[in-house]
Amino acid sequence: MSAALEVPADRPFRHVGQPRSRVDGRLKVTGGARYAAEFDAPNLLHGVAVPASIARGRIRRIDTEAAVAVPGVVHIYTHGNRPPIPASDQDYQDAVAPPGKPFRPLFNDQILFSGQPVALVVAETLDAATYAASLVRVDAEAEPHETNLERNRFAAYVPPEKRSGIAPPPETRGFPDAAFNVAPVQIRNEYHVESEHHNPMEPHASTAIWEGDGRLTVYDKIQGVMNSHAYITGIFGLDADQVHVLSPFVGGAFGSGLRPQYQLFLAVMATLDLKRSVRVVLSREQMFTIGYRPETINSIALGANADGTLRALKHSAIARTSTFEDYQEVVVNWSNLLYRCENVGLDYKLVKLDTDTPCDMRAPGAPLGVFAIETAMDELAYAVKRDPLELRTQNFADTDEIEGKPFSTRSLREACRQGAEKFGWSGRPFEPRSMREGKELIGWGMATGIWEAMMTPHTARACLTADGKLEVGTATADIGTGTYTMLTQVAADALGLPMEAVTARLGDSRLPKAPVEGGSWTTASAGTAVHLACRKVADTLLGHARRMPGSPFANTSLDHVTFADGRIVLRADPSKAMTLTEVMQAAGVPQVEAEETAEPDPAMKQQFSSYTHSAVFAEVRVDEQLGVVRLTRIVSAVAAGRIVNPKTARSQIIGGVVFGVGMALHEESMLDHRLGRFMNHNLAEYHVPSAADIPDIDVLFVDEVDERLNPLGVKGLGEIGIVGTAAAIGNAIFHATGKRLRHLPMTLERVRG
Amino acid sequence: MNRFAYVRADSTAAAFRDAADPAARFIAGGTNLLDLMKYDVERPSRLVDISRLPGLDGIEPTASGGLRIGALVTNSRAAVAAEVTEHYPMLASALLAGASPQLRNAATTGGNLLQRTRCMYFYDPATPCNKRQPGSGCGALDGVNRNHAILGASEHCIATHPSDMCVALAALEAVVHVTGPNGDRTIAFADFHRLPGDEPQRDTTLAHSEIITAVELPPQGYAGHSTYLKLRDRHSYAFALVSVAAALALDAGGISTARVALGGVAHKPWRDPQAEALLVGQAPTEAAFRRCADALLHGAQGHGGNDFKIALAHDAIVRALTQAAAGTPQSQTDKRIA
Ligand SMILES: Cc1cc2nc3c(=O)[nH]c(=O)nc-3n(C[C@H](O)[C@H](O)[C@H](O)COP(=O)(O)OP(=O)(O)OC[C@H]3O[C@@H](n4cnc5c(N)ncnc54)[C@H](O)[C@@H]3O)c2cc1C
Ligand code: SF4
Repeated sequence: MSAALEVPADRPFRHVGQPRSRVDGRLKVTGGARYAAEFDAPNLLHGVAVPASIARGRIRRIDTEAAVAVPGVVHIYTHGNRPPIPASDQDYQDAVAPPGKPFRPLFNDQILFSGQPVALVVAETLDAATYAASLVRVDAEAEPHETNLERNRFAAYVPPEKRSGIAPPPETRGFPDAAFNVAPVQIRNEYHVESEHHNPMEPHASTAIWEGDGRLTVYDKIQGVMNSHAYITGIFGLDADQVHVLSPFVGGAFGSGLRPQYQLFLAVMATLDLKRSVRVVLSREQMFTIGYRPETINSIALGANADGTLRALKHSAIARTSTFEDYQEVVVNWSNLLYRCENVGLDYKLVKLDTDTPCDMRAPGAPLGVFAIETAMDELAYAVKRDPLELRTQNFADTDEIEGKPFSTRSLREACRQGAEKFGWSGRPFEPRSMREGKELIGWGMATGIWEAMMTPHTARACLTADGKLEVGTATADIGTGTYTMLTQVAADALGLPMEAVTARLGDSRLPKAPVEGGSWTTASAGTAVHLACRKVADTLLGHARRMPGSPFANTSLDHVTFADGRIVLRADPSKAMTLTEVMQAAGVPQVEAEETAEPDPAMKQQFSSYTHSAVFAEVRVDEQLGVVRLTRIVSAVAAGRIVNPKTARSQIIGGVVFGVGMALHEESMLDHRLGRFMNHNLAEYHVPSAADIPDIDVLFVDEVDERLNPLGVKGLGEIGIVGTAAAIGNAIFHATGKRLRHLPMTLERVRG
Repeated sequence: MNRFAYVRADSTAAAFRDAADPAARFIAGGTNLLDLMKYDVERPSRLVDISRLPGLDGIEPTASGGLRIGALVTNSRAAVAAEVTEHYPMLASALLAGASPQLRNAATTGGNLLQRTRCMYFYDPATPCNKRQPGSGCGALDGVNRNHAILGASEHCIATHPSDMCVALAALEAVVHVTGPNGDRTIAFADFHRLPGDEPQRDTTLAHSEIITAVELPPQGYAGHSTYLKLRDRHSYAFALVSVAAALALDAGGISTARVALGGVAHKPWRDPQAEALLVGQAPTEAAFRRCADALLHGAQGHGGNDFKIALAHDAIVRALTQAAAGTPQSQTDKRIA
């Protein structure tokens, strides 16, 4: 990142920072936006996966006789008759895979989890395939299985191989046990969060189109086309240019689309084998067989002085994973990133159980650990009789004690201040059970949230044509977050063009390289890459302008000019200007193109830690006698660097808060441990919040620009909205009722106690 | 989903004929049957569409001063019909507490009576379930049984009937009108749904090719003192964990008639005339309501996940009776538990 290309401080953004409607909004509401399962091909075949119904065992026989006889059935694949596929685990690794042996669909007779696909029925029509799939009989020999985390916690282990990109807990600092034992105030409890499934509206789907000659075009529901591309070419031994992966629109994913899911493998395998296009779509039930947020048991011990100053901080977590992969996420580190303490012991363990591998789900790890610490801090506040917000403020860490670094920016205190003011926190009576109306007790609670501000390498291309139109592209995704719109704003500003002149392209494996859209890094990374590519175009244009005979721009650099209204303008004398098209015509170039890569600055990463922060305030009304909780108000104050688009940003936070409400009150994937099976695998029984459950959500963005991180000063905000929400709601229920709930979701029977 | 034939019946006679095959099914709104077909719980040989049968979609007063709601009247229409909201507000409230607006637009009165349990094992053919496959065992008994029965269950099945509407109809003592190859008959509401016993596959006393034509409400609608209270996992679009339809007639001597029906607790809407009788002649006090709740829940038994329902039902009964005594809640759509 060369400094010369950074945003000139005195050139205000026209679009960045302004609320802009989605550029793809019209396409979406008119059905013009097409999703993976909506692409067609001549003679398209339909594949339906057949699930195993036991949690562990070996397939003895798969009886396909009745299924094959269904008119329209073309072929039924099982481990016994599938085309050759590689055996090596490495071939099945993907960019997001945790350490272990990735699941290999239809590889052998082993059943590793209930719902595992054991056959694929391919037929001329979807209904023939669906019907035939229901006739496939799987005869399997069950082996004993374990799916109960609580019962197997004794078997918890520290994952030997760390997952790339996931910070393990740091070494113990000071003497947490000793400090806890002598602390005058002690809080020690367990905080349990049940498993959740992502349940995006769009089910996972892949349409693999046979282009002849071993070439494929694949429309996949994925959060990063490069990941699918590498996965397919790796497993099926194809050249990079034989496979073209597209994913122009994604109907929500929340992490479920980070890793290629088994429908992609199955669709591509069948397409290559049958030399005909095949589409495989998962049913809602099958959406419960592709990874989930892992049930996690947190233990926290806080030792404090009588005034609430932390002396000892211990946070350990035990989470479930599969028998074949060590899925890991950051659960416990947040406690020390939020709070300062000299004696800190953090620890994170896994238990291998016979379910599918968990997978990243919105802010993976953070809301689990933060629910625990932010509930415990509330308990500490009550133990020392201090206002819960004041107690937090008193203990906030102002440096990253884990890495021993300052924060690049940290507006946590400001988020708390602004959120509290908006909510009216100062009017809160301290004592629980002090507000009541009719049969309802009213409670106010708060919690903070935190998420890492990340950047990952992204390459973007920008191409300006003589008609004044700009196209920018990078292989990232728009999973509903507004990436198209954000890239359009950034590009328009970098070259002083109206947004209408810009087309953003993404979700195409032939575009310049980008990783998956996840971790809240896309605006910071893809946005910066697009910005840099556009500024390079600007530089080239200025070069052309400089070389024109009698040019007013002779001897100028980008610092001396502004790009605005489709023109290059001399700063010193704004009457000297040329339109971009004039420059290109004069130079005789039909287009100006540039490619740039944005990467995190290693020096800055070494020097600083970067996080986004939030403060969430919740008001609940609890009918104590019946256990009914009504959420009436939420304020979420977010500090996340520069907000590129306050409109789509607000939507992200609202979505995150609603996710948090689900975690707090509704969502739970229920396992029958005897069957080793998730039972509520549909949207009637897996409860996400309904509109009636959601109150006014007031979103505030704290002014913050973090130019150390990237030239746009952006941190990202796809995850932060969920992080503190469940804890804030739990703390509000405590304030209303005096009852401390440490098990999510806080369903009616838990509220009644 | 299996392959099936589809015919649309234009007369009841044609419908009986088309549905003679025991594997044939009538379809009305389809909101329950199609779901069950997608899960391979129902595999009908033929769907006989009765949604266009003439004469089954009226809401009409009866000669005795009651109301007759045709079997094809949608849940949405019944919920807002003036005859219902004015004279039977408890029924309107129960209807609006069910499902979602989109579903209610399609769901019919007849279909609502015949909707099947939401037991997750019943819905999942990979698991044992005596109701779906007699003799295969009851998956819920020692499994995930949070939404299962605490009353009237058997060792063969602990499922609940999920309807809201039917709880109000039970309290109102509606009568179900049916027609069949052997003629018409009426079934008292209390006799319509069954307890599971050792035949959990049979939800009702309706015969295979019989068609429900209407539900008839008696004149007394308890418009002044009734309520439908539904407790569930979210404020809309969830089945009842426990619900209560409570109706009182009050006079100078206190309570002259009491009706209390429970939803979400048994294989059928649960009533106990003896428990109701305890209220007659009493002042509408919390103590009296508690005694009624004790009696109604006599013998209630949990199965682990649903143990909480017993105390919850108790509190819900007391609350619902308190609400009814205070006067029918004004807003039938307000999701607030006042
Ligand atoms: C997600 C979801 C949530 C729901 N939530 C609720 C809720 O909270 N509360 C609630 O009460 N309900 C709820 N429902 C259930 C809904 O009320 C029923 O599905 C609906 O009432 C069924 O009516 P239908 O006309 O669609 O029946 P169909 O699906 O058409 O039929 C159901 C059954 O009745 C039979 N049948 C239908 N009409 C007749 C007739 N006239 N004579 C004889 N047999 C007939 C059919 O053969 C079939 O077996 C929910 C449903 C769904 C899908
Ligand atoms: S409770 Fe009834 S419906 Fe549920 S599994 Fe048992 S037998 Fe089947």
